[in-house]
Amino acid sequence: MDDETGALPEGAPALEMRRITKRYPGVLANDEIDLDVRPGEIHALLGENGAGKTTLVNILYGLAAPDEGEILLDGRPVRIASPSDAIAQGIGMVHQHFMLVPVLTVAENIILGDETMTGLVFVDRDEARRRIRALAQQFGFDIDPEARVETLSVGVQQRVEILKALYRQVRILVLDEPTAVLTPQETEEIFAVLRRLAAEGHSIIFISHKLYEVLSIADRITVIRRGKVVGSRVPAETSEEELAELMVGREVQLSVDRGESHPTEPILRVANLRVRDDRGREVVRDVGFEVRAGEILGIAGVAGNGQDELVQALTGLRRPSAGKVLMAGRDVTGASARHLGGAGLGYVPGDRQRFGLVLSFPLDDNLVLTSYHRQPFARGFVRDEAAIDAWAEKAIARFDIRAPSATVLESTLSGGNQQKTVVAREFSRDLKVLILDQPTRGLDVGSIEFIHKLTIAKRDAGAAILLVSAELDEVLELSDRIGVMYRGEIVSISDGSTANREEIGLLMATGGRESGEGATLERAG
Amino acid sequence: MDPTSIPVLGVLIQLVGYLVEVLPDIAPIAIGLAAPIALGAMCGVIGERSGVVNIGIEGMMLMAAFVGFLVAGFVAQTFPATPWPIFGATPALLIGIVAAVLAAMAVALLHAWLSVSVRADQIISGTIINIAALGLTGYFNRLWIAPNPRLGAGTFQSFIPPAELTELPLVGWLLKAFLNQGPIAMSVIVIVIVLQVLLFRSRWGLRTRAVGEHPAAADTVGIDVLLLRYRNVVLAGAFAGLAGAYLTLEATGAFQNGMTTGRGFIALAAVIFGRWTPIGAFGAALLFSASDALAVAIALRPPTGHLGDLLTAIPSEFYASLPYLLTIIVLAGVVGRSIAPAAVGRPYAKESQA
Repeated sequence: MDDETGALPEGAPALEMRRITKRYPGVLANDEIDLDVRPGEIHALLGENGAGKTTLVNILYGLAAPDEGEILLDGRPVRIASPSDAIAQGIGMVHQHFMLVPVLTVAENIILGDETMTGLVFVDRDEARRRIRALAQQFGFDIDPEARVETLSVGVQQRVEILKALYRQVRILVLDEPTAVLTPQETEEIFAVLRRLAAEGHSIIFISHKLYEVLSIADRITVIRRGKVVGSRVPAETSEEELAELMVGREVQLSVDRGESHPTEPILRVANLRVRDDRGREVVRDVGFEVRAGEILGIAGVAGNGQDELVQALTGLRRPSAGKVLMAGRDVTGASARHLGGAGLGYVPGDRQRFGLVLSFPLDDNLVLTSYHRQPFARGFVRDEAAIDAWAEKAIARFDIRAPSATVLESTLSGGNQQKTVVAREFSRDLKVLILDQPTRGLDVGSIEFIHKLTIAKRDAGAAILLVSAELDEVLELSDRIGVMYRGEIVSISDGSTANREEIGLLMATGGRESGEGATLERAG
Repeated sequence: MDPTSIPVLGVLIQLVGYLVEVLPDIAPIAIGLAAPIALGAMCGVIGERSGVVNIGIEGMMLMAAFVGFLVAGFVAQTFPATPWPIFGATPALLIGIVAAVLAAMAVALLHAWLSVSVRADQIISGTIINIAALGLTGYFNRLWIAPNPRLGAGTFQSFIPPAELTELPLVGWLLKAFLNQGPIAMSVIVIVIVLQVLLFRSRWGLRTRAVGEHPAAADTVGIDVLLLRYRNVVLAGAFAGLAGAYLTLEATGAFQNGMTTGRGFIALAAVIFGRWTPIGAFGAALLFSASDALAVAIALRPPTGHLGDLLTAIPSEFYASLPYLLTIIVLAGVVGRSIAPAAVGRPYAKESQA
């Protein structure tokens, strides 16, 4: 499907990993995995979260030690016990969470650990700048070596990571979920860079769980499930459906049937809302929208454009500095979280471990965390244990929470089951408004499918749903209407059934100020 | 006296005039008083920049002051020597400094082990050090020093700079302030500048800052995070050791229980006030010590007129508490926002589970 990557590079593998096995307490993370990557090849590792992809590349990069198996570079066995060994062997890695020091400059980050020196003590900063400029020019990156990393956009930071690897003259570059934080445009740009690197003979290992991306960039795809290689494919000879089935182990419905929504009267109305962040900067600027009963309004946007503060202001976690929030006609601006909960607001927070659950509490207590003080779970100020137990049993069965019992600690459950705990608690209440913040972050395909279906069901039952997500795919899939948030403003609201991926992506990246009035406005970095 | 009878503006002008007048006199005192605070702050800066909080500076200083005094005292008793002309140094005093530094580094090694290897709570580790230092020095003070009232090695003498330098117009008083000091106080300014340059220009400095901000990033480019933290914490201990040596071998010539009197904590405040830079911390230490020195000046040479009436009416305890009041104000965050290294206080462990 892509003529630039159509031809499969021939020749001996640059890298071979043989029968790699890694055990963690209770988990077989890698089970005799074989992987070979040829020079100039883009090799995708596809698998669900927790399938063992990251473990495998951590072993390659010396961040984890394999229990069994061997690694060969150009046919020679090598021992990689630490990242320094990996770097010395020409292996570089761009981590999912960038390994950049925010307060240091681009140049300092790139040379860190391999500094250009004048003498034995001092760093030669001129030489570092010169080399980085030359390298950036060679690959067509426009990067200021003196810029502080924290001032750069995510896309640019990722290039700094790639430069960091190229500076160390890597031949094999591993990228762990590189597109998770990028807009579609940034993704295209990074793909162009990767193709260019491959054309120059670099081998690239590309980790992803996004099927269409893997199909468009990879020369070969290796699918991993539960620590095992379950198949290897060439893009031309496979399909999204086949890859999904390999990845999950059963046939999956890749997109939920959203059906038709039948919105009625507006339930949640937000007008001229302004919110400041912890540092006092206004990060939500004059935002207004309404969500009707029986519809899902999705808010797309690159993370950090004010979505967090908007959600906090709507859920009683942060006081807005101006504006109004109306729920079912009543003014609830600045109301407390408990008051909002009582008035029919459900909330699935983006960071379930910090805001959604008390990890050191048992599962059943977490299931009543927003209703323990009310009937039927409390009589006066005494908890009704029997009522809580009965309800927990029901919720565990209905929401398919896989736990040995209702009294196990929440911290012992997997991410998917933790999220199902939050969803069970919030979705079971009598809701007027439901706010979902990244409801499927880090979950496996099965859990995502399940939560998406529940969300549609809740909509059809008449809830007004606000979905905020940095995952554009999720917003596109579920929303009846889509708003784009950019630098604290909602720059457009469009119809979900006709929305176009590229258009929304462009709005996320630029706020739609590409032309005309945009000349005088600040632009994304 | 009716307070309204004091012309406020006049008093303010008099105050500025008085400060300018006494500045040459209080500057040397302030620099001497700043020395242990600044050295303690260097200990804090180096540790915290690499991600290890050290609230045990106070205890390290106290241990060093004690060990330095004890060792110097016994050496002086065993090998009496006449002081050299420069600084009045004797072998006993020099060995005392070395002993003080080594003692503080040993305590720092314990702190490094607890906070880097054991990954204990660094605040608790520091607290243990403070409490243990107070108890141990108090106990051995009673056991070894108290029955031996003649134990001691004297003190270093202040350097007397040549008159041609100190009588230079404009800068003479400043040169005198920095040069009319003992060897430890005189070395502080050098140590501060060297550390400032190293922290921001050297490979060690770059790696230290990276490890304190984002240890995982440093780890993935092959920097040994744990080793670097160990080295920094132990090296930092050397400066706390010098601070302790200053107290017993340069400032007083005697050891008293709890003689650090919170200087280690004031040093921590100086680290924050100085935004984790050596120069900044030194400046903060000077501010704290200047308030102390001012109290001395007011007691010795009170100003005349309304201002004199006012200043001498304030009880001397108020002046004595000024540095501590300043510390509270600084730590409460009144003086701007100061951002700590991101990974400070958090033990580092390699990710083992994907």
